[in-house]
Amino acid sequence: MEAIERVKAARAKGRPTGTDFIHKIFTDFTELHGDRRYGDDKAVVSGIARLIDMPVTVIALERGHDTTDKIKRNFGCAHPEGYRKALRQMKLAEKFHRPVVCFIDTSGAYCGKSAEERGQGEAIAENLMEMMTLKTPIISILIGEGGSGGALGLAVADEVWMLENAVYSVISPEGCASILWKDPSKSAEAAECLKLTAGDLLSLRVIERVFKEPGEDFTELYETIRTELYSTIQKNKALPTEQLLDHRYHRFRRIGWDGR
Amino acid sequence: MLKKSLFKRPKNELETYDSKHTKTASPTVPDEMCSICPSCHATLFTSDLSDNHHVCPKCGHHFRVNARQRISMTADDGTFSEMDADLQSENLIGFPHYDGKLKNARLESAEKEAVVCGTCEIDGFPCALFVMEPYFMVGSMGTVVGEKITRLFEYAAKEGLPVVGFTVSGGARMQEGILSLMQMAKTSGAVKRHSDEGLLYITVLTDPTTGGVTASFAMEGDVIIAEPGALVGFAGPRVIEQTIRQKLPAGFQRAEFLQDKGFVDAVVSRLEQKRYLAKLLSLHAKEAE
Repeated sequence: MEAIERVKAARAKGRPTGTDFIHKIFTDFTELHGDRRYGDDKAVVSGIARLIDMPVTVIALERGHDTTDKIKRNFGCAHPEGYRKALRQMKLAEKFHRPVVCFIDTSGAYCGKSAEERGQGEAIAENLMEMMTLKTPIISILIGEGGSGGALGLAVADEVWMLENAVYSVISPEGCASILWKDPSKSAEAAECLKLTAGDLLSLRVIERVFKEPGEDFTELYETIRTELYSTIQKNKALPTEQLLDHRYHRFRRIGWDGR
Repeated sequence: MLKKSLFKRPKNELETYDSKHTKTASPTVPDEMCSICPSCHATLFTSDLSDNHHVCPKCGHHFRVNARQRISMTADDGTFSEMDADLQSENLIGFPHYDGKLKNARLESAEKEAVVCGTCEIDGFPCALFVMEPYFMVGSMGTVVGEKITRLFEYAAKEGLPVVGFTVSGGARMQEGILSLMQMAKTSGAVKRHSDEGLLYITVLTDPTTGGVTASFAMEGDVIIAEPGALVGFAGPRVIEQTIRQKLPAGFQRAEFLQDKGFVDAVVSRLEQKRYLAKLLSLHAKEAE
């Protein structure tokens, strides 16, 4: 499949969103709202849930289902308070020794006036720093679109996984095409150049694992993810904290630098 | 006087480059001798301008300066010792036209990459220093910029040195795809490790600092200062205007705006920066044991 087809699939109407993954994979989900600083960003859904028998913190970027929901969620584009809400949950997870699972699906962090006024750059930057040394296991899964810094703000993890039709990119294909060729309609070529598919990212060693998508019915996929999350988190929980954090640091430290 | 000049800040030089040059260029003035201030339109002798750290003596407009000029304005004479000077970018993902772009950037900037790193003294205080290069692909961050910054913080953490960094960047370098995005996490990790050693990191935001650099090491300083009028933001003003379908107010995302919103500790003129940095370094100096 061509890269642009993956981009279309990742954005497709009806594709399961962050909250679907939360409800299908975990039990006892208890949503916790707000960043305790400014407000409650509904593009980020967060709380505590049970993974089989293990309490975990779950955080999802949620783009919304129907039109009303999408508007409420700002189409999955978080404001700074969304990243700060996520960080608050992660700090709670650290305190109570709960692992963190993040689901990522966003075209990017919100590029609006309000977001700039409240420090979008600072909010993402702080997450990158804090996640790097958060003393509990973190797994991030790209389930749809992984748009640039807005996706990375929840993706500093021990392992990063992707669904077969998810994409992860430094810039949208449309944005890239308008910069490169002054023509956003050349997004198919741009998508190819950007190396944004799960397969590309696996070979660039930016992600650890790709999950095959079984078509429209994700039931089986949810089960697989549940099992894989459980065993990977158990394995990471068993590591001494220093080793876990060292691994996380070097996981990012070597990217783009292997063998150079 | 000061207030008046604040409201006269020009837009980002990149955006207004064409119009201002076509409007003000005079065929009778030799380019190398005179410069015209894009803010107050005064004609200035280039030698006066460079004596004044490339700040307009009439209105205080800060002209863009390259990395070497910044180093010479900041480091004590003869103290700068460069690190990792030979690291060069490769076209890792086979991106179209990237090789040519790199070649041009090297010619235009006379640098091998978009950041210069090393150690120096500022008024006798030793520190690690990085300075981004605006004339190398607008200081965009690819894997080499990420690696150089990371190495600098790792070195500083090991040696117990504070870090002073001047940022100027269009963001993550699109031509290296996802690998440049990952540099945001990589550099942030190195900043965090340095910070966890109890060491000081000061960032100086200069015009323009945007995108992935703003959303990583630019905003991670213990103390963040900005040059007057510098554009600093996550999204660029044009992208925001397209998103919200409105014109942005004057001064939006400028240094003074960021200080007003609580994201910058101080707006410091280039003429005062060295003294300001030295003062901060001295206030954080470890007592002799």
